[in-house]
Amino acid sequence: MTKELITGAEALIRSLEYQGVKTIFGYPGGAIMPTFDALYYHSATIRHILVRHEQAAAHAAEGFARSSGKVGVCLVTSGPGATNTLTGIADAMIDSTPIVVIAGQVASAFMGTDAFQEVDLVGVTQPITKWSYQIRKASDIPWAIARAFYIAQSGRPGPVVLDFTRNAQTERFEYEPMRLDFIRGYDPYPTPDMENIQKAADLINQAEKPFLLVGQGVELGNANEELKALIEKADIPCGCTLLGLSALPTNHRLNKGMLGMHGNLGPNVKTNECDVLIAVGMRFDDRVTGRLDTYAKQAKVIHLDIDQSEVGKNVKVDVPIIGDCKETLPMLTELVHQTTHTAWIESFKPYEKKEYEKVIEKEIHPKEGPLNMGEVVNAVSEAANHDAILVTDVGQNQMMSARYFKYSRNRSIITSGGLGTMGYGLPAAIGCTFARPDRKVCVFMGDGGLQMNIQEFGTIMEQRCPVKIIVLDNNYLGNVRQWQAMFFGGRYSFTPLLNPDFIQIADAYGIPAKQVVDRGDLKDAIEEMLAFDGPFLLHVCVKEEGNVLPMTPPGSSVNEMLLEC
Amino acid sequence: MNRKLYTLIVHSENIAGLLNQITAVFTRRQINIESLNVSASSISGVHKYTITAWTTEDEIEKVNKQIEKKIDVIKSNYFTDSDIYQREIALYKLSTPEFVQNPEASKVIRSHDAHIVEVNPTFLTVEKTGADSEITKLYEELSGMGCVLQFVRSGRIAITTSCFERVNEYLCMREEKYRKQKAKKDECTEER
Repeated sequence: MTKELITGAEALIRSLEYQGVKTIFGYPGGAIMPTFDALYYHSATIRHILVRHEQAAAHAAEGFARSSGKVGVCLVTSGPGATNTLTGIADAMIDSTPIVVIAGQVASAFMGTDAFQEVDLVGVTQPITKWSYQIRKASDIPWAIARAFYIAQSGRPGPVVLDFTRNAQTERFEYEPMRLDFIRGYDPYPTPDMENIQKAADLINQAEKPFLLVGQGVELGNANEELKALIEKADIPCGCTLLGLSALPTNHRLNKGMLGMHGNLGPNVKTNECDVLIAVGMRFDDRVTGRLDTYAKQAKVIHLDIDQSEVGKNVKVDVPIIGDCKETLPMLTELVHQTTHTAWIESFKPYEKKEYEKVIEKEIHPKEGPLNMGEVVNAVSEAANHDAILVTDVGQNQMMSARYFKYSRNRSIITSGGLGTMGYGLPAAIGCTFARPDRKVCVFMGDGGLQMNIQEFGTIMEQRCPVKIIVLDNNYLGNVRQWQAMFFGGRYSFTPLLNPDFIQIADAYGIPAKQVVDRGDLKDAIEEMLAFDGPFLLHVCVKEEGNVLPMTPPGSSVNEMLLEC
Repeated sequence: MNRKLYTLIVHSENIAGLLNQITAVFTRRQINIESLNVSASSISGVHKYTITAWTTEDEIEKVNKQIEKKIDVIKSNYFTDSDIYQREIALYKLSTPEFVQNPEASKVIRSHDAHIVEVNPTFLTVEKTGADSEITKLYEELSGMGCVLQFVRSGRIAITTSCFERVNEYLCMREEKYRKQKAKKDECTEER
């Protein structure tokens, strides 16, 4: 059989099809035009979503990847098109999200001459990607695409950038699809050390007060059931990181809530009381640990992670278990004894009660005054039967929705954890609607973050993405305002916002919208939003100077959470 | 903190841009690279980097893991001076008239096991291979006589003194693991 002679652009699209790609988020421009031209003929197999800004393409790809576990793909032009994706790439790197960004590049002959829309993309993206590669000739394409997808989704996932020169797009060559599943210097699934698994099991079997930290690694490894098997057999209470919140259903009896700066009181305090701390697929981020030199010093630490370089990075680890947790968790479960830790688990209760009385009840069931963020989130979660995908922006809206939303299924929280990218929510939610058309997607935005990527109303309008946008509007950059109130003498330096009429903006884009000011109107408005078949914006005016509590102030230990301020 | 001079030996695929990625790991952690040597290794297509830096064991271990994490880095290991045999090379350009006037100079060169590799009426070139401290010592002595015009030293190159070859073993291990996985996968598909 003779191989077919096709252009690099055509080969790129066919290679994407060969990888099973059905959705691309992109924006055309000069240096990527040949590829967009090839894409034109593939509309039956690949759906291209035209975003309104390349940053949104990257975040949409992230949302797509996080909610589905598949690779999110972006297609953008060189220069500004490529640099606009950088925030999304950095976000995907720090939150281990598999995306592949394909950017046009000027022709090889022009490279290094400061040609029009030329930027050294590989140079710029090397520190924020798992792999970054320039395709200079068409014959490289099948290999580069195969390698990009293999790297992006294997092991600890992450972003890959392909810088696609114009000449490689137009050259013709004999195309043959390619699969790749081996790179000799890259061992994505390290072989676990049996001796350490035995050591860990011994520690767990001797423990009287074991405590387990659930990270996003459990979701990424599809090890939700494996995790449950371990904690149920050894009766270990758990705390979840922000990105790991939906790895274990909220109502599971061993789920003691969220870790971290604005997490729940119990899991934070108990971190400094447990005798064995088992961390699964999490990286001891500073927002989780608070002050490091007082963090879990009393405990023996077992760390299960797929990434060797995370072990011992922030917290000293007694027993590392390096490997895929889908594989290592069952090995551990096999060796641990069936037991109960009733008294230890009961000891979380007073903290739950204290937090409920001092913080939660006031937040979600206030008797008077303006609406609270927490009560809005709680009402939406309830109305959606705790079954929706929660997407958040960054700031108070993020912490409040993470705290008060409830999760019954995996891959149900999509949020920018490591990078803390304002403007992430709206485009990420768009991505979710394409990956999971079967699920309801609710995105909580602040009035600040909404305006960072508000142009994506255009994408929502064009695609009729059924995104439920809940704007928690307090007329402030709320999180920074809270810090200014607490740590900067109440000087509100550039945090009050003068906002436009969001309802009118939504209206201009043909997105049905409703404003809620009074408590009495909230429930009906939420029902209306969820019942509507298509996008909907709910503009909720919330308490202006509301604070997220509890809080571990910066520099404090996890057992020094503030319940009021 | 107990700072030491560590030698990091990195083997990588011969791919453009990798040096940048490796040095960036040091930059991010604000560690100065003391010396750096890059060359082809004995394995075809594999490059070898020998990097030295003053730092703590804790830091070098983290740096080592971060470097090894790069997709096209094959293996990275760190060593203290007792684990390796290491050498640098230095060239000293001396003024011939000054050198001639100073009879001690040639004795110093000989006593340091250095060689004169080129002589002309204006200058002569001395070559010295040795450990870091020896090279510095020779420079100090010659420069005390006021005859050094130029001085240059290479980065460190080093070989390990242990009996097994980490890179070769690692590559064999990788290939074997891949073969096993592949066989297992094929078995599964056949059963289906």
